Amino acid sequence: MLEALFTYRFLQNALIAGLLASVVCGIVGVIIVEKKLIMMSGGIAHTAYGGVGFGYLIGIEPIIGAFLFSVASAFGVGYVKRKGSVQSDVLIGLFWSLGMALGILFIALTPGYPPDMNSYLFGNILSVTRSDLYLMIVLTVIVVAVITVFFQLWKVYLFDDEFSQIIGIRSTIMEYILLVLVALTIVVLIRVAGIILVLALLTAPAASAGLFSKNLKSRMILAIGFGMLFCISGLAVSYVLNIASGASIVIISVVFYFIASMIKGVLFK
Amino acid sequence: MNNMLEIENLCVNYGNTPALQNVDLVVEEGEFLGIMGPNGGGKSTLLKAMLGLIKPSEGTIRFTTGTDGKQKRIGYVPQFAVIDRRFPITVKEVVLSGHIIPGLHPFFKYSKEDERDTMMQLERVGMADLADRHIMALSGGEFQKMLIARALAVQPELLLLDEPTASVDAMSREQIYRLLGELNREITIIMVTHDMMAVSSNINKLACLNEKLVYHGEPELNESVVNKLYGCPVELVAHGVPHRVLKEHEGGHCEC
Repeated sequence: MLEALFTYRFLQNALIAGLLASVVCGIVGVIIVEKKLIMMSGGIAHTAYGGVGFGYLIGIEPIIGAFLFSVASAFGVGYVKRKGSVQSDVLIGLFWSLGMALGILFIALTPGYPPDMNSYLFGNILSVTRSDLYLMIVLTVIVVAVITVFFQLWKVYLFDDEFSQIIGIRSTIMEYILLVLVALTIVVLIRVAGIILVLALLTAPAASAGLFSKNLKSRMILAIGFGMLFCISGLAVSYVLNIASGASIVIISVVFYFIASMIKGVLFK
Repeated sequence: MNNMLEIENLCVNYGNTPALQNVDLVVEEGEFLGIMGPNGGGKSTLLKAMLGLIKPSEGTIRFTTGTDGKQKRIGYVPQFAVIDRRFPITVKEVVLSGHIIPGLHPFFKYSKEDERDTMMQLERVGMADLADRHIMALSGGEFQKMLIARALAVQPELLLLDEPTASVDAMSREQIYRLLGELNREITIIMVTHDMMAVSSNINKLACLNEKLVYHGEPELNESVVNKLYGCPVELVAHGVPHRVLKEHEGGHCEC
């Protein structure tokens, strides 16, 4: 296994992709779990499917299409939610399906043989290319920088956005930035876990870390660690048993969370 | 006495439903104003409008500026039901957040001065020994006092509180009222409350709100105000407490 890692470029790419994904998952995952934005993130992720289809249709890199669609949906969701006239879970439900429907439509309109969409839906970490990696690196750096450089500001905002607004923090802008960060995170994760499986990767490491840490910063760091553990072990299982990487990573994450919460329940009753 | 705040003909609508209608209210410096009224009577809406969180549909809210021409600093204590009490943060960190400087300050760190002031505010509300405690482990009263300390960290000239004694035990409620009484020596306070007992606490002006401003004046409720406010006579004698809320209570019969 280790030997193969040194021999094969695709395995190295997969490993790096997994580590990058763990970093963004850890940081953004903790935030969306705290802010109860999990379903909103699911909505943004599924809109990305429309972007993938759009990419094939107009002949650009599908992941760029996914990027454009998720960012646009992040702004859309944020804007309509601000307006306050629509219940936000109604909106999320609509975006969720609309994104998928648009993806199917765009693929149908694309001339020639339909491309294989499975790797976008379920992820295929073993097919990560160099250019995918470059995009992932750039997005990861942006996400990490935006959060860490203004960490205290984020903490105040996340704890109580109303108060932060009153003392002069532009909380509307922070909300938009947060949604865009979620969109960027999802683009990083699509290659690893796929649109459908992304939610587990966003929540499981963060929720597991939440069982053990009561401090925002250490919770993020712990979540990154868990994410790496899940990605590496999932990758190994996927390579050895020759099953889809997204599925193995997600199953390991979810099983880990349940076992951890049970152990915690028994220990700290 | 200078005015702190002047509200003129304020109307707020949520969609087509009016929440506040034609409210005129002047708050003087040094005042301790209690705002009472039934659920959905617009108390919190008024507070949020004062804070600029809600845009009025009509009318104006004007804060008089200080002698230095600067805006008055406002401290705000929200209803604690709106805050997620499982957020991973300690008491000290919450109070420190009152010291954050808005705007983009990369790698912002709180100063030694901020830390010292934070401990002072916690001392003031009697929670210095709980500084490092996680907020999950606080009682309702402690949580509320922590929020007051955070509001004080802003060094406010005006303090707005939204139901500071809701879901708080009797002893903490007494402490909070006493604390607010002390703070009122330096700070103008506006407090929204459900608690009839507040009338007999340190407040020195009372406003009753039920969509419209029903009463504004001395902190004494009489029957006609209460009838207007709640739509029917309400028994207002607080049980087991040596204060009477109503000045004079003639055993009325309920017609509602």
